[in-house]
Amino acid sequence: MDEIVSKIADTSRKMRRLIIEMLSLAGSGHPGGSLSSVEIIASLYFHIMRHNPSNLLWEDRDRFILSKGHCCPTLYAALALSGYFPMEELKTLRKLGSILQGHSDRLATPGVEMSTGSLGQGLSCAAGIALGGKLSKKDFFVFCLIGDGENQEGQVWEAAMSASHYKLDNLICFLDYNKLQIDGRVSDIMNIEPVVDKWRAFGWEVMEIDGHNIGEIIEAVDRAKEIKGKPKIIIANTIKGKGVSFIENKVEWHGVAPTKEEAERALKELE
Amino acid sequence: MEQEATRDAYGKALVELGRQNPDIVVLDADTSSSTRTNWFAKEFPDRFFNFGVAEANMLGYAAGLALAGKIPFVSSFAVFGSIRAYEQIRTSICWPNLNVKIVLTHAGISVGEDGASHQAIEDIATMRVLPNMSVIVPADANETRRAIFACCEHKGPVYIRLGRAKFPLLPDAGFEIGKARIIKPGNDISIIACGLMVFEALKASDMLGKDGISARVVNMSTIKPIDKEAIISAAKETKAIITAEEHSIIGGLGSAVCEVLSEKAPTIVKRIGIQDVFGTSGKPEELLSYFKVDAKAIYKEAITLVNRNGSI
Ligand SMILES: Cc1ncc(C[n+]2csc(CCOP(=O)(O)OP(=O)(O)O)c2C)c(N)n1
Repeated sequence: MDEIVSKIADTSRKMRRLIIEMLSLAGSGHPGGSLSSVEIIASLYFHIMRHNPSNLLWEDRDRFILSKGHCCPTLYAALALSGYFPMEELKTLRKLGSILQGHSDRLATPGVEMSTGSLGQGLSCAAGIALGGKLSKKDFFVFCLIGDGENQEGQVWEAAMSASHYKLDNLICFLDYNKLQIDGRVSDIMNIEPVVDKWRAFGWEVMEIDGHNIGEIIEAVDRAKEIKGKPKIIIANTIKGKGVSFIENKVEWHGVAPTKEEAERALKELE
Repeated sequence: MEQEATRDAYGKALVELGRQNPDIVVLDADTSSSTRTNWFAKEFPDRFFNFGVAEANMLGYAAGLALAGKIPFVSSFAVFGSIRAYEQIRTSICWPNLNVKIVLTHAGISVGEDGASHQAIEDIATMRVLPNMSVIVPADANETRRAIFACCEHKGPVYIRLGRAKFPLLPDAGFEIGKARIIKPGNDISIIACGLMVFEALKASDMLGKDGISARVVNMSTIKPIDKEAIISAAKETKAIITAEEHSIIGGLGSAVCEVLSEKAPTIVKRIGIQDVFGTSGKPEELLSYFKVDAKAIYKEAITLVNRNGSI
């Protein structure tokens, strides 16, 4: 286990570097929420999920839906490192004709399961896939990642209600609880607390972890997989901008790309 | 005259399809007894999902089910299933080009007494503007049945607009997505109509016949992709065109026809439709004449057009 954790920690560091490079080359994008979700996405792609980059349409693959689509650089980094497309492509993020669109586009990028970017829609889609999997008697899991600001959307609660109604125990959602959104602190803009109680009241199994602790992420998913009869949410406490000191926990860094100099500073920290 | 509601035809077609194809799943948002999806639910309870009053979520599930290889038919009232969940249809279904069939009933003013909140008169316009989406407005129960089967074969998102009330059946002329049908020949003027307005157009054509005016009636049941050939021939072979729809005059069938004509064959067009106002309560037949979307309105417009053109 320790070996797995340290391997994923290494990969996470690599992904952070790629995110910074990608965003700085693109000149726009979302560093804060991309950096906060690195360990979650790394653990999924490099340990937890059953997937095969050379067989995109493998029916039994686990699915990952990045509902907070603005954080696609993290997903792109994981997909490139997994071999879904050449690393070179990462340089084209957000450029005309690129396979890497500004928000996730399933028709453009190999490995992206769903087009997202309008917050609040992904969990319904993930639940739909989970329902479809059950109907076809498949044993794949559907993972979904939502943001804490995103959690304010009414549709998320519609999805929460229906997923427990349909007993979608093959659905595991992560909440990237980095406590910040665009306009400020989530608790000031529109408080989602008590978030554990809310999800529990909607019929979900709720776990709370440190979202940068790879061991905790893996353990939570292992436990989640064992719980039958209801959907599971892992509330992952994270730090927005994690890994880069001057980006960490700064609301201004939600949606601005680092300049060349800032990127160099960040990369040095991530060596 | 034999009558049947398009939604009844839908309910029956779904059951038939369900027997043939185990991948068909049906979703509704607490309107299944009105949309007739409850007939499917009764026979296939394991493939029917009710989402309660939560349309946006339902359309998201439909996207997910399509991603998992199912063919979801999603139903509700036209207002709630189209505009209420519009961005979900746009972003979660049309952008990723998913195989979801959205079949909404109670469209148009023929919903009647329920009034403006329930009268979808902007759905053709809003659905038509979405890339990848096909838009179908069947004229009667027979065409509805054929359209439901055809849309199941078609890969990609489809919107089918149905009504509530019972309407007379037209001669069964078949159906193909993207093909208009001349259901009555004529060479003075063309009436291009969709939905229940096809029936009104036929009545108007009969009235015009008595005045010696020969009016072609074209059933344009696919609004998108629209049959350009049929529109251009109507422009070339007759002297003027009237469009008729039970929908806003902005953005619907009339607009679609004008878009084709202005580029390919500029022609005088009069659009019959709701004049950029919201609906109101009343009996369906009353409303058709109140909003001037009935056979009489088409007839009057035709007479004016023919006189302006100096013929007859
Ligand atoms: C429906 C919708 N409204 C607004 C936006 C603009 N937007 C992009 S990111 C964001 C804040 C999201 O906050 P959070 O979910 O906490 O994301 P994170 O902090 O993880 O980046 C907003 C409002 C959007 N993409 N979609």
